[in-house]
Amino acid sequence: MPVEVIRPGLLTTVQDLGRPGLAALGVGRSGAADRRSAALANRLVGNRETAACLEVTLGGLAVRFPDAAWIAVTGAPCRIDRNGRSEAVNCAIRVAPGEVVVLDRPTAGLRSYLAVRGGFAVAAELGSRSTDLLSGLGPAALCPGDLVPIGEDIAGPLPPIDVAPVAAPSAAALTVRVLLGPRQDWFSPDALHTLTRSPYVVTSQSNRIGVRLDGPPLTRSRGGELPSEGMVAGALQVPPNGKPVLFLADHPVTGGYPVIAVVRTDDLPVVAQAVPGQALSFRVTSLAS
Amino acid sequence: MKVLPCGDEAFLIEAGDLETVLGLNAALTGCPPPGITDLVPAASTLLVRFDPRETDRAGLARRLAETAPLPVGARSGEEVTVPVVYDGEDLAAVAEHTGLGIGGVITAHTSAEYTVAFGGFAPGWGYLTGLDPRLHVPRLETSRTRVPAGTVAIAGEFSGIYPRPSPGGWRLLGHTAVTLWDSTRPVPALLRPGVRVRFTAVADAG
Repeated sequence: MPVEVIRPGLLTTVQDLGRPGLAALGVGRSGAADRRSAALANRLVGNRETAACLEVTLGGLAVRFPDAAWIAVTGAPCRIDRNGRSEAVNCAIRVAPGEVVVLDRPTAGLRSYLAVRGGFAVAAELGSRSTDLLSGLGPAALCPGDLVPIGEDIAGPLPPIDVAPVAAPSAAALTVRVLLGPRQDWFSPDALHTLTRSPYVVTSQSNRIGVRLDGPPLTRSRGGELPSEGMVAGALQVPPNGKPVLFLADHPVTGGYPVIAVVRTDDLPVVAQAVPGQALSFRVTSLAS
Repeated sequence: MKVLPCGDEAFLIEAGDLETVLGLNAALTGCPPPGITDLVPAASTLLVRFDPRETDRAGLARRLAETAPLPVGARSGEEVTVPVVYDGEDLAAVAEHTGLGIGGVITAHTSAEYTVAFGGFAPGWGYLTGLDPRLHVPRLETSRTRVPAGTVAIAGEFSGIYPRPSPGGWRLLGHTAVTLWDSTRPVPALLRPGVRVRFTAVADAG
């Protein structure tokens, strides 16, 4: 029987690996914002990597499992309550029939991932069950009373580990690595210094589409308009006010403001876990480092 | 032509003009180097995404730099006719700006044959080339926060149709009842690159 959403919290969406390869149709990739944590949640319950899990923003989710289930919670660590008992993150949890699981507000990080053995089997759109907040593709964000079916995206038995040894998201100032370009030549040399010398602050106007940053403006060395061009997750796009927007999973497929640098793919999960108010610094690297 | 780095999983090819973009896109679609996961053509650039586990980055960059654009005279045989009610909010302003008058704007917009050059703004959106140069008007200074689905608009050298309600800065000429995007169709987008488009003026979109 399907899982019943009692409370979705601030924002809970179904996410899998998204819709790669359709950008020319105007369809972005979407998928879990912190792909590493989502993948870990699936592995902990023996799911295929394509299985869909729940992406829970700042906790507050309460769900009832009518049948016995195995679940795992990863990403932003939070108190997990299973019918009055505390459970740990980053491990498989056995849920008995009728039990309610509640995720509290995380102690660090922004997004927790809840996987169920078999995956959440909402209807797919264009090959993915992911909610894309920008294009409107995929299922709507979860609402109280929603019934979410469990599927059969199982890879094998539960892995024989107790707790996965992963570093929790940090509540301290963050540093992520970037590669310059493609449009660093649109900016003054000052801007390149500013980008790496001064920390930026994650603002509350941040979502799955992008993280809006506050901090010293990045000044351009040339005026004029850039014809719209393809964008990637991790792109630091700089609008006319000079304050960069860092694109995440649901970013627009194309954009018309220059991108000064792009965050390394391996560091995107760090960005996806940054909470409003947290400091974020950038370190320019080359691909060899 | 320049191949610019765009993070660790993409290159941005600066092709210079739309014809070269579409020629490169055709060449890379027809004979894709291994590891390419997505091609995103735009007005003067082609974004090439790749899976770094399946290709050698430096080798791919060289291969992209050596790729010769194919001639893009060949269009899709498909032609779509879009009935439009010319009642857009910017019709009068465009008529005045161009000096064509409202009737002249409608005649100019319906006389041209358009080709979908590329998509990208939203699912189902197509940038239509072939717009009468007299209708090349700048975007709005300030975008509207909401443009209804089916709105037919122009900006710069392009015409387009909003597939779903969204913010937008183009000049609105009218509206159509044609469904531009349906995920349940085998081919969800009506306006795909290469498709030819004609607009006809109607009194009622149906």
